[in-house]
Amino acid sequence: MAEQSTFVRALHHPSFRLGLLGSALFVLLALISLVWTPHPTDIVDIPNRFANVNANNWLGTDYLGRDQLSLLMVGIASSLKVALLAVAIGALIGVPLGLMAAAQRGWLEAVILRFNDFIFAFPAIISAIIITTLFGPSAINAMVAIGIFNIPVFARVARGGALSLWTLEYVDAAKLSGLSNAQISLRHIMPNVASLLIVQATIQLSLGVLAEAGLSYIGLGTQPPDTSLGLMLKEAQSFFFGFPMQAIIPGMAIVLFVISFNLLGDGLRDTLDPKLTKAGGVDVAG
Amino acid sequence: MIGFAAKRLFGVAVTLLVAAAILFFLLDILPGDPARFMLGINATEDAVAALRTELGLDQPAFNRFFIWLLGLFQGDLGISFSQRMPVTQLMAERLQVSLPLALGALALSTLIGLPIGIFAAQHRGKLGDTLAMVLAQIGIAIPNFWFAMLLVLAFAVTWRILPPGGFVPWGENPLLALRSLVLPTIALALPQAAILARVMRTSLVDVMQADFIRSARAKGLSQSQAIWRHGVRNALLPVLTIMGLQFAFLIAGTIIVENVFYLPGLGRLIFSAISARDLIVVRSAILVLVAMVILVMFIVDLAYALVDPRIRTGGGQDDG
Repeated sequence: MAEQSTFVRALHHPSFRLGLLGSALFVLLALISLVWTPHPTDIVDIPNRFANVNANNWLGTDYLGRDQLSLLMVGIASSLKVALLAVAIGALIGVPLGLMAAAQRGWLEAVILRFNDFIFAFPAIISAIIITTLFGPSAINAMVAIGIFNIPVFARVARGGALSLWTLEYVDAAKLSGLSNAQISLRHIMPNVASLLIVQATIQLSLGVLAEAGLSYIGLGTQPPDTSLGLMLKEAQSFFFGFPMQAIIPGMAIVLFVISFNLLGDGLRDTLDPKLTKAGGVDVAG
Repeated sequence: MIGFAAKRLFGVAVTLLVAAAILFFLLDILPGDPARFMLGINATEDAVAALRTELGLDQPAFNRFFIWLLGLFQGDLGISFSQRMPVTQLMAERLQVSLPLALGALALSTLIGLPIGIFAAQHRGKLGDTLAMVLAQIGIAIPNFWFAMLLVLAFAVTWRILPPGGFVPWGENPLLALRSLVLPTIALALPQAAILARVMRTSLVDVMQADFIRSARAKGLSQSQAIWRHGVRNALLPVLTIMGLQFAFLIAGTIIVENVFYLPGLGRLIFSAISARDLIVVRSAILVLVAMVILVMFIVDLAYALVDPRIRTGGGQDDG
């Protein structure tokens, strides 16, 4: 229920509304692309390459004559997928670690904090380089590499939020009633840090899209014939000086996408209890 | 203070050792036979056997790890399998491009980001603040390599003021070398500056609500005197932490942005090593990158402790 009221309060926040509108639009475009695109993206039409904006191709065509709008929709979907799964990897491993650190304290907490610092020294690109050297480039590698970096971020936020909750009376009451630390974490701590985690997830999602773009651009992420926003930029680079729109369109899409999700996250964060907000939430780029 | 530094230095050493062990496991033991991995499936048995001997693969893994570690301390990282050159020499050449680029971007982003953040905090809630934060919001969302492409289009292709890419070695023509790093540095620095501006603003707004600022005001200092004499110094602490973390992303950004400008930096060395399956270069290059990040974090820790005595005495535990 706490989420509901936070959401309703957030709706009064102008930048949150803007962010919600933008994010919804991108998610909608991604979902539509799963069942329909204006033109097929796997048919090459060389005579029609580098077409300008026209009635048939609203955003023109690329170096293979494929419809840019259709590619953009599919690209948004695959970038979003990579970022979403990377958030899932980070949250599924990071949140339990953070909750455990806050519940047990002592040596376990020290080990988890050390592990966090350690992972922070491996930006996604370094993990991606190692994984690619071993297994070759793919979108899944990018997902795992970004996901690994998300682990300490979620652990940190979960621990920060949980620490302040463990000092509250109702947790003492739960302890007296005989619940184990794990049960308390699950039943009483987790629901109360959920909103913090949702804010962080929104931010990591937008950072994930940026990171995916970077990895695909240098060839460590999504591979042709699939497409993603980063791969579209990579392919556009060879023709950039002759046809700058080829890179400007996917680039603008990334910028608008990231701004939308950041506004969404900032709005939620502002609406939440400011004291809770201070405990976590680090702005770090992928 | 010395005790604190020694304790942290020990931590750095342990972290580096663990990082080295993980890299060694991933890139030397996991591929099974590294010699066959590097040469590919079409290699002759003789070639594989020769490479095995050259890499010392006949020795147990444990010994190989220590030989590698010992080499690291002596500055000997082995011979690159694909380029037939000492890895140390290859990396030294490439760092002449990557290191000035990363440090230049760090300096430039600080010079731009901090004043904007302070300005926004001073004009909190007014037009200037809103404008600065809208700019920061856009800056954070721009992929640095895309921004780099736009910079090339504007400054190198349309106006022809700066070179679009490539690099002249420092020894040949330092001025040209510097010129070829201008656009990459700007491309890397601006998105970082946006992040710093936001952190600086938040931190300063927080500090300005503290009691000691009210005392300073009561003492008769004007708002801007209070900000400059007491606010900024205290607000810099969290900014310092973020700057340390950001250094890791600057290094990562360097690897990506080098690609836009065809700069012969560490990033391009790593990519050619990946496609050549040159495990020797990948292993050492990654360790050097990780070591740089860990060392910068260590320096930030020390600086933090110098400024804030509570940290080295353990009185001010972090809250997350």
